[in-house]
Amino acid sequence: MRSSRRREGISKLTGQERYVDDLTVEGCWWGMTARSPVARGRIREIRFGRGVDWSEFVVVDHRDIPGANQVRLIELDQPVLASDRVRHVHEPVVLVAHRSRQMCRRAIREIEIVVDPEPAVLDYRIKPTPEQIQYGPDNVFKHLRIEKGDVDRALASAAHVIEGVYETGAQEHVYLEPQGMIAGEEDGVLVVRGSMQCPYYVLNALMHALGRDESHVRVVQTPTGGGFGGKEDFPSNLAVHAALLALKSGRPIKMIYDRSEDMGSTTKRHPSLVRHRSGVDSQGRLVAQDIEMTIDGGAYVTLSPVVLSRGIIHAAGPYACENVRIVGRAVLSNSVPFGAFRGFGAPQSQFANERHMDRIARTIGMDPAELRRRNLIRDGQTTSTGQVISDGTDRVEVLERALCRSGYAQKKEECVSFNAAHPYLRRGVGLAAFYHGSGFTGSGEVYLSSCVDVAGLEDGRIEIRTANTEIGQGTLTIFATIAAERLGLDESQIVIAEPDTARVPNSGPTVASRTAMVVGRLIERACDDLRRTLGLSEADTGQRLRDAIMKWWAEHPDTEPVGHARYESPPGVLWDDQTYRGDAYAAFAWATHVAEVEVDLRTFATRVVGFWAVQEVGRVINQTLARGQIQGGVVQAIGWALMEDCVWDDGAMANAQLTNYIIPTACDVPSIDVEFLENPYPHGAMGAKGIGELPMDGPAPAIVNAVVDALGVEASAIPLTPERLMELVTHG
Amino acid sequence: MDECGLVTIELTLNGGCVRLEVDPGERLLDTLRDRLGLKGTKEGCGEGECGACTVLMDGVPVNSCLVPIVQARGKRIETIESVDRAQLSALLDSGATQCGACTPGVVMSAAWVMQHPELLHTHGLRELMAGNLCRCTGYDGIIGGLAAAIEAGLARKSEGEG
Repeated sequence: MRSSRRREGISKLTGQERYVDDLTVEGCWWGMTARSPVARGRIREIRFGRGVDWSEFVVVDHRDIPGANQVRLIELDQPVLASDRVRHVHEPVVLVAHRSRQMCRRAIREIEIVVDPEPAVLDYRIKPTPEQIQYGPDNVFKHLRIEKGDVDRALASAAHVIEGVYETGAQEHVYLEPQGMIAGEEDGVLVVRGSMQCPYYVLNALMHALGRDESHVRVVQTPTGGGFGGKEDFPSNLAVHAALLALKSGRPIKMIYDRSEDMGSTTKRHPSLVRHRSGVDSQGRLVAQDIEMTIDGGAYVTLSPVVLSRGIIHAAGPYACENVRIVGRAVLSNSVPFGAFRGFGAPQSQFANERHMDRIARTIGMDPAELRRRNLIRDGQTTSTGQVISDGTDRVEVLERALCRSGYAQKKEECVSFNAAHPYLRRGVGLAAFYHGSGFTGSGEVYLSSCVDVAGLEDGRIEIRTANTEIGQGTLTIFATIAAERLGLDESQIVIAEPDTARVPNSGPTVASRTAMVVGRLIERACDDLRRTLGLSEADTGQRLRDAIMKWWAEHPDTEPVGHARYESPPGVLWDDQTYRGDAYAAFAWATHVAEVEVDLRTFATRVVGFWAVQEVGRVINQTLARGQIQGGVVQAIGWALMEDCVWDDGAMANAQLTNYIIPTACDVPSIDVEFLENPYPHGAMGAKGIGELPMDGPAPAIVNAVVDALGVEASAIPLTPERLMELVTHG
Repeated sequence: MDECGLVTIELTLNGGCVRLEVDPGERLLDTLRDRLGLKGTKEGCGEGECGACTVLMDGVPVNSCLVPIVQARGKRIETIESVDRAQLSALLDSGATQCGACTPGVVMSAAWVMQHPELLHTHGLRELMAGNLCRCTGYDGIIGGLAAAIEAGLARKSEGEG
């Protein structure tokens, strides 16, 4: 297997890569945002102080929006700029532009947004009072339900019934490059360039808010310094803001958030509360899973319904159980809207499930690995939605490899003797078995109907045109490998088009672990179509293909040869959105992770001292990139599990800076051991399944299970900070 | 200081002498990026936590977002633009860069470690690199690449001596 070097790697290592803040645009002014000071209320007045000369500024409010004052996404409830009411702290109200960034900062300080407060929802777990209702009859954005078998009857006859409640906190993405956009009109076309995952989401939002058609708006992705979901939905808001200032000022506008504005005002991972009630038989087999999941949606709907959907579909874990009921709710609170974040609800629901599996094991006196071994889904068995799993992957082997690689059994024994001997350090080992569905949920990919073009260029090279973005995960390299492999060419002969909505078709968003598997497969099919266009057969590769392209150009100098592909569902994949039954995903990736921790009883700090990640992700296209996805995801999940704590103060993030929102450094984490088991998936590019989100799902429960193993306390909420652990150990 | 509040300073930048009229409160990071057009140095947090803006000042890594330009007067500053790309292949092969936003800072800290192998007698690589936050790699790619680069450097040195 080839493991090509990252295409833009040297450019990044030498600092030559040009991100949006690095672009110099002639005549460009800076844009900045004035925001709500309170969580909820009615805007009474906006005061402009005398500390600056306002004639030097361009000021935009909701009255300057030519189209709809709505951020276009699933629902249209979020305004571009608040008009009469605000629903969260830092909600944007007024925009200013000036040639000097310093002057913009001064102007923002001179703007006072006077709000008459209204009763705000500051804790999503508490039933709202009538005065707090802001959405529908009950502040519930979305209800979802999965039913399989007869849960109540199975619980009534189960040998053991085990209950548990689990909570997870908000998590900030901390992409190292903050949000940024440049907008300006070029020959009557509004052009937006910036940091984003999904150019067509931004395009649609601009068309909707500006009242323009597609021919008068163009969106170009600039090299993007990390996304993790944080640049899936939010960039639409910032792009529209920059565009409004550009249209009013008649100049290009650059808006770059500084870190505290970024952390305070942009989306984060949904907090969650999950209740489990499980029935097991005398052999430790799951006979019933009764699960209730509530997620905090924040102030507006944004992506919460689909986060909830992925959350509940993964809530029962990779286990076979004939009686499952999962009820999900996404509810409003007056905090910043929670949005997409790597894993998209599945890390939350699988944290609960994998903690709960350990609770079951402790209750019935079975080793946690043995409990999972008995319950892992076998080919021919079904998931909670009734999807028959038959991909040929041996999920028990995935578990056994992780146990073997980590030396799980021996480590468990060593921990016992270590803990007996040591005055204040305690060690423990924990594991999590989990899965992650690749691509959009249910019929999502069919609705997206993604398109890819592959063109033969005049010089004989091949150009791949997709809207999928390189955000660090390796899109450019993977796409080049896929096309080169398909066409029998050297990767130097492959050009990847810049994601520019004026040039590339809508191949769907860069989310949901879909890029390599789904879009990569479209590239393969578009390559085949290009060969058909050129009159070649599938056996024609390399030089023969190049010759055919050159010949085409000689004969048709005005028309380039292009191969097209549009998404087609793999045969036999059926999903019913009404009943939530059927094939939730075309493919799943499977994993078992093992963590070893050491807790210092003097400080209650938990260190992860060993971590082993075994997963089956289909065929691995690039070992270095795939390993990087797993290691990076595991470390991001270590942060979520142990240290990343969003502190809320009247609806505002009180620690919106890297000084006191702590993410892992190199010193805080061990080397992450990675092994791939490869079972090629026939409908993914080169046999690949999705990989990017999987490693976010398992580490948190594996780590907390290890802490429970070390201390014997039932920790059930993350982040498991030293403060929280001290409370648990000293007060139970 | 002249009437506009600007001061003249001189410093050595990537081996060459530079004379500048600057606002004395300006951050070294802004001088590099906005006055001198050296866009390789990135701003990640603006408060000295993430290390994305790391440059070497008299050979020692500093967060350029925390250095008022007057403190750089007469100093030797090295930025990512001074790094020889031939030295970067170990980092490239190990997967040390993903999104690239932290990378210039990581490379500058790595360059400092490579220039001072004696640091490894008293500190581990993870400790030495703990001033650079990376959200993509989980650090294995960075630490592995740096270890390989140090080893290759030692091998070259012993060949030279041999």
